[in-house]
Amino acid sequence: MTDQALPLATSRAEPRTGSFKVPHYVGRAITYLLLSLAAFVSIFPFFWMVVGATNRSVDIGIGKATFGDQLLVNATNFFTTVDAPRIFWNSAFIALVGTVLTLAISSLAGYGFEMFRSRFRERIFGLMLLLLSIPFAALMVPLFVMISQFKLVGTVAAVVLPGIASIFIIFYFRQATKAFPGELRDAARVDGLNEWQIFFYIYLPTMRSTYAAAIIIVFMANWNNYLWPLIVLNKPEQKTATLVISSLTSSYTPDFGMILFGTILATLPTLIIFFLLQRRFVEGMLGAVK
Amino acid sequence: MANARLGRTEHIAGWTFIAPALVLLGIFMLYPILWSLWMSFQVGKGMNFSFGGFANIIRLTKDPVFIRALVNTLTFLVVQVPIMIGLALLAAVALNDPKLRFRGFFRTAIFLPCVTSLIAYSTLFKSMFATDGIVNKMLMGLWIIQEPIHWLQDPFWAKILIIIAITWRWTGYNMVFYLAALQNVDRSIYEAARIDGASGWHRFWYITVPMLKPVILFTTIISTIGTLQLFDEVNNITQGGPSDSTLTLSLYIYNLTFKFMPSFGYSATVSWVIVLLVAVLSFAQFVIARDRSK
Repeated sequence: MTDQALPLATSRAEPRTGSFKVPHYVGRAITYLLLSLAAFVSIFPFFWMVVGATNRSVDIGIGKATFGDQLLVNATNFFTTVDAPRIFWNSAFIALVGTVLTLAISSLAGYGFEMFRSRFRERIFGLMLLLLSIPFAALMVPLFVMISQFKLVGTVAAVVLPGIASIFIIFYFRQATKAFPGELRDAARVDGLNEWQIFFYIYLPTMRSTYAAAIIIVFMANWNNYLWPLIVLNKPEQKTATLVISSLTSSYTPDFGMILFGTILATLPTLIIFFLLQRRFVEGMLGAVK
Repeated sequence: MANARLGRTEHIAGWTFIAPALVLLGIFMLYPILWSLWMSFQVGKGMNFSFGGFANIIRLTKDPVFIRALVNTLTFLVVQVPIMIGLALLAAVALNDPKLRFRGFFRTAIFLPCVTSLIAYSTLFKSMFATDGIVNKMLMGLWIIQEPIHWLQDPFWAKILIIIAITWRWTGYNMVFYLAALQNVDRSIYEAARIDGASGWHRFWYITVPMLKPVILFTTIISTIGTLQLFDEVNNITQGGPSDSTLTLSLYIYNLTFKFMPSFGYSATVSWVIVLLVAVLSFAQFVIARDRSK
């Protein structure tokens, strides 16, 4: 947004740095060096994943970092070992349902808390922020007992329901709503729209960036969710990609070539969503922190 | 900001917008919390339990595995969170410089790890840090180490490996919060400081850090909560081993509930230790942040 703000920044006046002067270009060079190192460390595992998928497990074990010719073998092994269409469908279905419902319920609440303030609702909001600090580990056991009493173990509902009202996302939407211009709402009221119409016809289209950032966060969380699905999904045909690929690594002699091929497939959806929505993501985050 | 009185229809609308979320939070959050609080005073196996008073708390103090999990978790917290917050801040400040080239590339590269799925990155780290793996090979090639490190078999290095893994995954995530907040800092302040002769380090320490304090506090608390709940990484990379050296409280709760004969009361007690730690540490961080501003 304001990336290139203030082009008037003065021409590089040499700062006085005390008793001795470090030439300016040295600092600059160090910055580039460290950033390049950080970028290398961040990207290398991705490179490793792609290279690994083309090598035999033995070669991966001894750190071969060049492309091999085993891609087809690894792919074939992967597709014969696991029921790929099924596990990816399970993952996608859970992630999509989870994302849509979370965004719907939590953005409504975030909007509601910000737009219609009352003392009582502010108290509820404060209590919610307190609950935000309760770790999932503390909820895990009672949630599981509850879900089994509802006879929901092994259903998509069991995976998705507990996360739909996300305090973090409600908080995020409330923060972002502070930037929603009040004049827009007033104008809509004059035009005779009711509160729900204002939300759907005015607020939703205006807050696209906020929703995009939330989609990235929530979709990634759902797609990558591990602990809770591990607990509530007990039938093999319901397991998600995350669960199945993870169980491959814990075998006695894991076939890393095949597993890395699987991890590429498991990473692609989040990568694609991220790159599609990246620009909006940054804008959305800016809106929420302001 | 000034709050106009809400009309009656608006008041009702306010409730309808938040009601679905409140109902869900009541069922899936408030009720389980109260349930587990009650449960932590019950003893017994499976669904047969009876009131045990403070029996579970006494059991905690005598349970060497719990003590080890507690110490491990706190070790991860004390070592990992400051390193990550520091790195994220430095990266954000460096990337906030409008004269820096390839900013988009660096920003995306550093953020990329947190887009990966947990399972992808645990698998990658497991294979990269094998004894004969690529990381040891590189370190030996650069003459940083002479002998390969037994990352997965040595209790000390296994802890380091977990710390490296979490730092790799979450630094970029925290960085984005700082980058966003830095957009609001008026650049002319930096120019003024520069003219007054403040060095880069001074500008960072006396301008950037105080300006970003609310965001730093927020991310520190979020990271503290995340680290206290650490589960996925240790379960997938080291399974809590070798010899419980990377066992965390969350993993212990999971083991107590779903691996051993379930002891719901005792595992609820362990989980309330985490709640207590989060509460105490968040409060301490708030107090420290307030003191520094005086």
